[in-house]
Amino acid sequence: MSPPLFAFLVFSACLFSVGFAGAILRRNAILVLVGLELMLNAANVNFIAFWRYGPHPQALTGVMFALFSIAIAAAEAAVGLALVIAIYRHRKSIQTEQFDSLKG
Amino acid sequence: MPSELVFYPLAALTLAAAIGAMALRNLVHCALSAAAAFTGLALIYLDLNAEFVGFAQVLVYVGAVAILIVFTVLLTRGADGPWRASAFSPGWVTGLAITGLLLACLVLPVLMSPSLKRLAPPSATAPVADIGRQLMTRYALPLETAGLLLTAALVGAVIIALDETRPVPPPADQSLPRRKPQLEESPR
Repeated sequence: MSPPLFAFLVFSACLFSVGFAGAILRRNAILVLVGLELMLNAANVNFIAFWRYGPHPQALTGVMFALFSIAIAAAEAAVGLALVIAIYRHRKSIQTEQFDSLKG
Repeated sequence: MPSELVFYPLAALTLAAAIGAMALRNLVHCALSAAAAFTGLALIYLDLNAEFVGFAQVLVYVGAVAILIVFTVLLTRGADGPWRASAFSPGWVTGLAITGLLLACLVLPVLMSPSLKRLAPPSATAPVADIGRQLMTRYALPLETAGLLLTAALVGAVIIALDETRPVPPPADQSLPRRKPQLEESPR
């Protein structure tokens, strides 16, 4: 017995909310990036679920979109963590509330 | 064919790992918990017959991104502030309220839509040969763009993370004869 499509969508919504909560609630810049990664992964779950349950699975569109999304998320993680390291070197801190030089 | 017996425990484990990654205090525990969540997601992709995406997830997320996160955690050691300070932002009540609102906005339409109650069609596969063929034909331009993006991002990441305060060693003088300094080999 296969789970219905909305089970995957609810799971991905919960995962997205967890990532969103981490991204806006944690004070650590690394965990903000981890929250972003979780949100991107939740979107990938939706792509794969709609591909699997959709009427034309042989078109492979959802799979392709998930693959490109994974590649772009990897690039985002690399640049984001490099930025964290650069900021740590200048500020000796990775607490997000201290990055307020541009605050008016 | 995705199975209920596989999906529900996996989904629960993945969500628990994700919550752990976002809520634990120790940063190393957070990173390991995030790696566990990425692994659970890869298993869910395998359950959905998307083998290539599942293995790409293991390679990219569990293999590369998790290691990158652990490295960053270890390179920024001691920057987490005093242990007594809260790990969460001061406005965390508002943040939790916004998150609950977001969750309701995402879940309620999904639960109320009758067309999403469908079950999986019996067979849907994504053979690696087909994926490769599509990447070389229909998705050739996005593939090249992704390659360019990855190259630019990785070079940019190295340049951003480079320590510019450390003096660069002077380049080796090419005009000197190559073998000059290393001629004092002891005769046997």
